[in-house]
Amino acid sequence: MANTIHIALAPEVLTKIGGFPITNTMVTSFVVMILLIAVSFFVGRNMKLIPGKIQTLFETIFGGVIDYMEETLESRKLAVRFFPLIMTLFLFIFTANLLEFTPGIGSIGIISHGDVGQSSEFIPLFRSVNTDLNVTLALAIISFLAIEFTGVLVIGFLKYVGKFVNFKSMLGFLIGIIELFSEVARLISFSFRLFGNIFAGEVLILVIMFFVPVILPVPLMVFELFVGFMQAAIFSLLTLFFVKIAVTEPH
Amino acid sequence: MELEVAKTLGMALAVGLGVIGPGIGIGLIVAKALEAIGRNPEASGKIQATMFIGIAFTEALAIFALVISFIVKFV
Repeated sequence: MANTIHIALAPEVLTKIGGFPITNTMVTSFVVMILLIAVSFFVGRNMKLIPGKIQTLFETIFGGVIDYMEETLESRKLAVRFFPLIMTLFLFIFTANLLEFTPGIGSIGIISHGDVGQSSEFIPLFRSVNTDLNVTLALAIISFLAIEFTGVLVIGFLKYVGKFVNFKSMLGFLIGIIELFSEVARLISFSFRLFGNIFAGEVLILVIMFFVPVILPVPLMVFELFVGFMQAAIFSLLTLFFVKIAVTEPH
Repeated sequence: MELEVAKTLGMALAVGLGVIGPGIGIGLIVAKALEAIGRNPEASGKIQATMFIGIAFTEALAIFALVISFIVKFV
């Protein structure tokens, strides 16, 4: 075919600042950050005792989430301590996925002239944040470290390590090894689940727009927005559940 | 067989075979969830939430297959 669909698995590097490569997903993630900080600044600026509409919306969402967390974790103190992490993970991933179909993401770009002998290609200036495996891996590592540290802090180092390295019986030892392996596999599972869902969604929209660019992409984009919301919710929910598992005493 | 043809074939086989298992799995999860809601409509909120989490886990396996297929084709 003369013009094929250009699918890039890895994010494209735009410039290097002092030897540190700046990719287009990093630029978009800064946009997401600025958006979140601006919204939180403007909503939190004039908080009244009898709230207006936007404040009520946020209070409902936050109240619902922290009640659900308290129900799962069975401890108000732990729920309050974990609420920022869980909510931030959800808001960051959800906003990043919402931004995916804004006009400008993926279409505004620069044409780079590659090395001598290569043809010039189009590099988009913004790219959806979760289509970068580095981002999802970073989020997965944050969750992983949070889960491990919570387990150690709440039930103590020896008891927590005793869950994995268990010399009491042969069966216990094997189960410990399996548990250890599943802890590490969780890293891969988290990062690939988020990356795969969002990246596959983008590829789907690309392919559909190549064949039928007129009306058909719209319901698929709506579906992708729903998938984006579900993946954000699932990421935070799974982090919450694994924290709960990490702080329960071994039986 | 040339490399490009082999790559495309590999990608198609990886996704095609890889999604069979999770497909059946998700069908089973939703079937059991619907059965449970039918038996106990009051608990439908909890059942639905747990169903979505189960679907996320099994769908992750299908996504692994998809990512491997992308790697086969484009890397």
